[in-house]
Amino acid sequence: MTFLQVAFIGIIALLGVGLYALLAGRNLIKAIIALQIMTKAAILALIVAGDAVGRVNLAQSIALTVIVVDTIVAVLALALVVQIKRRTGHLDAAQLTRLQH
Amino acid sequence: MNMPFLDGVLFIGLIFSAIMTIRSRPLTAALWLAALSAVTALLLYRFGAPEVAVIELSVGAGLITVLLAFAISMAEDESMPASIIPRPLAWLLIFVACGLLLWLILPQLPGMETLAAAEAPFIIQVWENRLLDLMVQIAIIISGVMGVLSLLGESRQAAKPQTEAQP
Repeated sequence: MTFLQVAFIGIIALLGVGLYALLAGRNLIKAIIALQIMTKAAILALIVAGDAVGRVNLAQSIALTVIVVDTIVAVLALALVVQIKRRTGHLDAAQLTRLQH
Repeated sequence: MNMPFLDGVLFIGLIFSAIMTIRSRPLTAALWLAALSAVTALLLYRFGAPEVAVIELSVGAGLITVLLAFAISMAEDESMPASIIPRPLAWLLIFVACGLLLWLILPQLPGMETLAAAEAPFIIQVWENRLLDLMVQIAIIISGVMGVLSLLGESRQAAKPQTEAQP
């Protein structure tokens, strides 16, 4: 087994941990944290693949875009979470069944 | 190529931090996520991406952690309700998804190492070859800031009738 294959097994394991947290958790803040874990796996996959094919600078420029988009998603999601807490009094995703309050 | 010892330790640290992140309560999880970001930044540096490593360290371990701690202190909800779907089913889904990814990706990897080619420096890649991405990033940052401002403005408007109704 090559180094690249072992690295990708680690990255997919990280993706799996994030996906499990997203599926099994109901706390909205934990869902945002799970998304962050999955994004880190995606960034690592980009850079490892870029390093493997000798195009790490192209991979870095794409990873930069991923980091910017991920940060904005996290900031907006956290602002929404604070609003949801103010309006509903909880952060349980299973109880958010109505769009009106 | 044999896997270097340090990279192996870093990958184990990465998975350990991720597991501790999902097992902890939100505030502790935010701190473990910062550790995860730091290990990710180290790995990025080891894989020849120092520019992205610095950004990941400052944004992932710095900004996101501060924002998470701020949001948790405002929301004040440390509850960990039980999952919607049964945990064995969640594990089954994860194993199927990860197994499918491994089955699709791993056989392709040995051929990738032979594709090495010359490429432009990072600055040229960002400012010339991927200029459109850069413009989109600026637009996303502006729309994100406007979104947060509108959300905060909404909370101020929602709070106003209560303060007017009090006297």
